Amino acid sequence: MSPSPGQVWSRSLVPVLGGFAFVSLLGWVVPASRDSYLAYVAGLAGINVVLAVSLNLINGVTGQFSLGHAGFMAVGGYVAAGITTAIGGEYQLSFLPEGASDALLFFAGTLAGGAAAGLAGVLVGLPSLRLRGDYLAIVTLGFSEIIRVVIENLSITGGATGLIGIPPSTTLSWIFLWVFVVVIVSKRLVASTHGRALLAVREDEVAAEAMGVNTTRYKVKAFVVSSFFAGVAGALLGHYLQILSPKDFTFVKSIEVVAMVVLGGLGSISGAVMAAVVLTILPEALRPLQDYTGVDLRMVIYAGLLVVLMLVRPRGILGSRELWDLCPARKARTTEPTS
Amino acid sequence: MQVLRPGPILVALAAAVSIFATSCEKKTAAGSTSGDAGARSDAHAGEIVFGEVSSLTGQEATFGASTHNGIMLAVKEINEAGGIDGKKVRVITYDDQGKPTEAAAATTRLIVQDKVHMVIGEVASSRSLAMAPIAQSNKVPMLSPASTNPRVTEGKDYVFRICFVDPFQGTVMAKFARETLKIDKVAVLRDVRNDYSVGLANYFVESFGKLGGTIVLDQSYSAGDIDFKAQLTSIRAAAPQAIYVPGYYTDVALVARQARELGIQVPLLGGDGWDSSKLYEIAGDALEGSYFSNHYSLDNPDPRIKSFLEKYEAAFGQASDAMSALAYDAVMIAAQAVKTAGSTDGAKLRDALAATKDFEGVTGSITIDSDRNAVKPAVVLSIKGRKPVYAATVDP
Amino acid sequence: MTELAQHLINGLSLGSVYALIALGYTLVYGVLQLINFAHAEVFMLGSFAGFYSARWLPMFREEPRFLAILAVAMAACAVVGLAIERVAYRPLRGKPRLNALITAIGVSMLIQSVGQLPFFMGPSPQFFPSLLADGQLLDLGGVSLRKLQAVTFVSAVVLMVGLHRLIFHTRLGTAMRAVSFDARTAALMGIHPDRVIAFTFVLGSALAAAAGILVGMSYPRIEPTMGVMLGLKAFVAAVLGGIGNVKGAMAGGILIGLVEALVVGYGTSSYRDAVAFGILILVLVIKPSGLFGRAVTEKV
Repeated sequence: MSPSPGQVWSRSLVPVLGGFAFVSLLGWVVPASRDSYLAYVAGLAGINVVLAVSLNLINGVTGQFSLGHAGFMAVGGYVAAGITTAIGGEYQLSFLPEGASDALLFFAGTLAGGAAAGLAGVLVGLPSLRLRGDYLAIVTLGFSEIIRVVIENLSITGGATGLIGIPPSTTLSWIFLWVFVVVIVSKRLVASTHGRALLAVREDEVAAEAMGVNTTRYKVKAFVVSSFFAGVAGALLGHYLQILSPKDFTFVKSIEVVAMVVLGGLGSISGAVMAAVVLTILPEALRPLQDYTGVDLRMVIYAGLLVVLMLVRPRGILGSRELWDLCPARKARTTEPTS
Repeated sequence: MQVLRPGPILVALAAAVSIFATSCEKKTAAGSTSGDAGARSDAHAGEIVFGEVSSLTGQEATFGASTHNGIMLAVKEINEAGGIDGKKVRVITYDDQGKPTEAAAATTRLIVQDKVHMVIGEVASSRSLAMAPIAQSNKVPMLSPASTNPRVTEGKDYVFRICFVDPFQGTVMAKFARETLKIDKVAVLRDVRNDYSVGLANYFVESFGKLGGTIVLDQSYSAGDIDFKAQLTSIRAAAPQAIYVPGYYTDVALVARQARELGIQVPLLGGDGWDSSKLYEIAGDALEGSYFSNHYSLDNPDPRIKSFLEKYEAAFGQASDAMSALAYDAVMIAAQAVKTAGSTDGAKLRDALAATKDFEGVTGSITIDSDRNAVKPAVVLSIKGRKPVYAATVDP
Repeated sequence: MTELAQHLINGLSLGSVYALIALGYTLVYGVLQLINFAHAEVFMLGSFAGFYSARWLPMFREEPRFLAILAVAMAACAVVGLAIERVAYRPLRGKPRLNALITAIGVSMLIQSVGQLPFFMGPSPQFFPSLLADGQLLDLGGVSLRKLQAVTFVSAVVLMVGLHRLIFHTRLGTAMRAVSFDARTAALMGIHPDRVIAFTFVLGSALAAAAGILVGMSYPRIEPTMGVMLGLKAFVAAVLGGIGNVKGAMAGGILIGLVEALVVGYGTSSYRDAVAFGILILVLVIKPSGLFGRAVTEKV
């Protein structure tokens, strides 16, 4: 039963177009990230949202436990930065003003970074996704560590020092834009037949396979989409901090992202968004605590939170529900029970 | 269906418009880098505020702790002597967990939110490199006590350091090995995870080669490793006359022990990362007869050094190391710059720092050159009786 | 030739360290199907227990004190292991395995970060005191074997054999195996799964403590983060050998130690960490059940 033209416009196209417009305007309104600490943290939060929502696709929607997100981030970041630093300083499109040309280069670099990360996702996913639960976690962690070791050793990636002098191309607008894209893509993916297959894989992989779902293929697809956005996040981060260092991409980073997805609720996109924001702001808000106590308790609190969360409310904030499921119009429209 | 086709095109169009919208925004934002120096000075009337970024947790926490101690000792001393022109000094400390991302966030907070007058940090070059552009674009002076990568201060007139740079230190040991120890063949064992170690090793290799020596083998380890026997066995087979190990004392101590266990008798050579009393405790007798380059010598009769060491031990119950001494000097130089500038205005502080000349610090006589690096002699220390003993001074 | 022999000895020595730690991982995984990430931290606490007891307890100020300190450390870690199981893992027994995995990671990071606080152990590395006089055991034409290396290797073998006997030739071991197959049915057979699991943790933690003491003696620098890389590689070793299999853990540990020594000695030393993970990936892609494990068909 195909939707009518009016429904296509109202439910599909208008929100997306409106979203783009809103996001672009938002960038004009919010102060630049260099002038306001709050804006700076908001930027970091946005990047973490991209990470969390993309990881949610694998860990939450598909039910596979990946501990390798940092590796994909690194791949995307280094590829994008490599492009912008190699080309950006010297060339620009002559028919565009320099700012626009740099922005376009940055966009191209980000896409390239995402693509490289997606490719890495295929290479990591294909052999690994046959494994279940704990094994997949360790294999993805292993891949992520290998990527980090390689980056630390190659001189083209700057080795232990990392890539420095990356142009500060990431603005809050870009971050909002990508947050918007990742959320929309996630949401649409989950609602589509692909998403159904992924949810089936999560609920009962054997039954899904019996129903004719090519589980490996769908798992790899989810992996690729997820790692694409991880790469984008890496590119955004590199151009936000103007430096990329292998120290930022250890498995501790992967675990931080996992914590965000778990806190938000495995499978919930809006949960991942909220959790990413909370877990970015929380360490920053706790900084004054250090002044009073003289010691930095942030990691202790972070780890403690993870343990307490799993013991007390393993479903996280939203479980597998979404924030927008609360909207009454939507409730009336959907006929199947919300999971 | 016909009606679906305009969709993708419209979306693509919207995306393109968004991209250009963001690029236009970028240009206006880039122009408005904050230089509200006036607001900064007013924010803390009556006191001087320094911001500190250190690794208080994470794998390099031992150096962050030393740095923090050195800073606190200096600030306490300054305040007990009445402060700077009557104003007390306060330090806001943030931990960066050993990560460049966190260092950047901490610096941004210190500058934009806490409005500090100067940033002191960091020890590791990778973190300083993340912090420097932020200090530069906000026109707040940044003083690194121990980062040795030349690129930290390159092209940024607000970023300074009070230690020597890798090219100098690497050359110091190369010269010492060639000219004083008369050594032709050296093996190198570097810490591949540590940009300080990699940089120092590279410059040593370059200088040693230029002076006519040969590097017989170049091996690596990762910070935190406990077993180096595989690398040392290969080094043993290459029969060098010395091994250059420009790493942190935490690993060097074990390297030395294991080298002796394998029967390697040749001396080890190193850099200022060796400087800690724990080095001798853990290495035992394994480092007898080895040498390392450093900022100062413990047996220097200079009363300033003696009194610093005593004060440090009294305050913290453990012996000082290179990091704490450098951090102490950094704060003292910063304080002097504030006094000379007579204000906390960023530009004036920058000029005062740049004019630092022959500052008699614990870590030597410090002059800031035109690249905002410290010009100071290095000492080479030899290890006898589990203690560092003065061997030579090398001037830049 | 001497080089090769030396590399092999180095590999065996390091490998026995991995094996010792891997035994604990494999034990807990065998019974609970849980990767006990906190095992690496218990190992670290074992080292520190030895360090502090040698320093503070007056009866241990002089040698001979090796066995006494070993006993103290094992007892201390057994308590810690028991506490972790009780507080963090037991409440999650019936829940999805993912939850327990995340909790394990959380506990591991919690212990590490608390350990780094100045009030506890502090971030600086400490010097582990000498508990047994070390010295050259063998020195044949340049190939060196140290006493402590031999002690570590022998200890690993002895513990492995002891563990194997325990699991296959005692009632307690049978109970452990029963619980690992099917906890509920085991309960119906009169076994207390809770007690058996608690005992497993005690055993695993004691093994970790022994590893901690031996590592502290051979590599006398200890710090709160010392368990991280060692733990990961030991876990890889356990998987390589077939997780849940005691002989496998030993074999896996030795194998990883040897491969690392040879790769670093004859190949490139800067990619050392990648070696263990590379092996892991190969194993999991080619034979996920490991060297000694049996492929388990998943029944629906």
